[in-house]
Amino acid sequence: MSRRTYTTLKIGAEIAVPIAILFAWQAWSANAHDPKFPRLSTILVEFKDMWLFSQFGTHVVPSLERIAAGYALAVVVGIAVGIPIGLSRWARLWAMPHIEYWRAMPPPALLPISIVLLHSIGNVQKISFIAFFCLFPVLLNTIDGVRGIDPTFMETARSYGLGWWETIRRVVLPASSPQIAAGMRNSLSLAVIMMVLSEYFSSTSGVGYVLLISKNTFQLAPMWAAILLIGVLGYVLNLLFGLAERRVLAWHRGWRAGFEAA
Amino acid sequence: MATPGDAAAAAAAGGGVRRAPLRLAPRRLTEWAVFVLSIGAALAFWELISRTGVISQKDLPSMSTSFHELWRLVQTGAFWTAFLQTVRGWALGLAVATALAVPLGILLGSSEFAAGAFRVPIEFLRPIPSAALIPLLFLTLGTTLKSEVFLAAFGAFWPLLVQTMYGVHDVDPIALDTARSFGLNRFDRLWRVKLPSAVPYIATGLRIASTVALILAFTAELFMGIPGLGQKVNFAQAFGLDDQLYAYALATGFLGVLIHLASSAIERRALRWHPSQRLTQP
Repeated sequence: MSRRTYTTLKIGAEIAVPIAILFAWQAWSANAHDPKFPRLSTILVEFKDMWLFSQFGTHVVPSLERIAAGYALAVVVGIAVGIPIGLSRWARLWAMPHIEYWRAMPPPALLPISIVLLHSIGNVQKISFIAFFCLFPVLLNTIDGVRGIDPTFMETARSYGLGWWETIRRVVLPASSPQIAAGMRNSLSLAVIMMVLSEYFSSTSGVGYVLLISKNTFQLAPMWAAILLIGVLGYVLNLLFGLAERRVLAWHRGWRAGFEAA
Repeated sequence: MATPGDAAAAAAAGGGVRRAPLRLAPRRLTEWAVFVLSIGAALAFWELISRTGVISQKDLPSMSTSFHELWRLVQTGAFWTAFLQTVRGWALGLAVATALAVPLGILLGSSEFAAGAFRVPIEFLRPIPSAALIPLLFLTLGTTLKSEVFLAAFGAFWPLLVQTMYGVHDVDPIALDTARSFGLNRFDRLWRVKLPSAVPYIATGLRIASTVALILAFTAELFMGIPGLGQKVNFAQAFGLDDQLYAYALATGFLGVLIHLASSAIERRALRWHPSQRLTQP
């Protein structure tokens, strides 16, 4: 088999396999006649009816707002707190026991507590919950990225007489940005999960709420449509992040490609 | 610099560089002092804000009350039953995920063709939050241990699969050529060259997967009422037993720390012999 036939076959397989899986799903669900597994086509029609766009405003927008607010909060706090901790060994010693404990805590364990503590099942509680658990990937990666900055950079900054703010803006942030971005990416997928969990536990709106209600009322096609939407949401957000990262870190990619190849 | 496993984790996440995991075990006496002082200060702060009523004791039982409640609980059999039920869900889920993900990862990692064919389905399924599957599990497997294990296994499967694929794919080509010129057959090459060099990656995958599996085992218990710590937390909340709620959350956190420490230790053990470690660790 020539190299070209192989490449063609490979690309063909890359396209054919997902399509084959979808067809298999459709064929299986059409024959199963199991109400728990509606036909794929039924789910897709339901998906279109629900999310494009009759319930988009009532349920998808609130979920997206919670993700956006919680995520933004986590990123800002994570970077702002992570930089000083990364720069100082003593701060690390002081902070690490707490960071290690809270990031090992399974998030749902704090779900009931967040309701009791914040007297809220609304946006305050949802956003705090999302923000709290999205904090750790950003925080840990910022600490680690800052800790790993080449000391020469810092010494150069000092010998140029840069003030602390200038040093952070021109040296610390750029040097640690690839790793901060890696943390932000992990946090983003986490944000979707936390959104679903928090809305599934107690809420009056959102995608997680729709998921819960449609299950409780045995509306199975809407339930599947909600599951599908959550999957699409996770996938699309990840994709958008990749595009944004590529733009922002364009200056860095050459070096990174070299690193990864090594 | 980067450990190979973490580099793969970062590459799997779409780029970025990971250095060796933060390792901050205190070593000297002064460091131990800071460590202990820091925890002591946090606990004292907790006690203070609750006792002085900054946050009412009804919402945030004081530190001493919560630990007292935890102390009372650990002397009961019911606590340990729930604790072990959670550990069982976690262990079974992780075991199932490992049994499926590692062989599949080896398969997909050794064949560029297979990896390409399944790239899109994997990329699509991986970011799906497993929590979205809970309603489906209610209706199919029911509120049983099976559901808990399925959820934990589903969550743990993806990081393990991706790490194994990267590990097998990332084998040193010279080592592989050497093995081939020594006349090792396909199976021996896999067993003696590819697998050993993938072990550090798999160990990193196992560390990530073990955390995920615990979260999902607990999630299943909390949301589906499957016996375990999660169910206890749910009951405590339903009956307004705030002291118990905090005590069980504390216990769950300690279980999380325990699992994290154990899996990190295993990962370090697996990485120790790897050339990258010898080169970069002074």
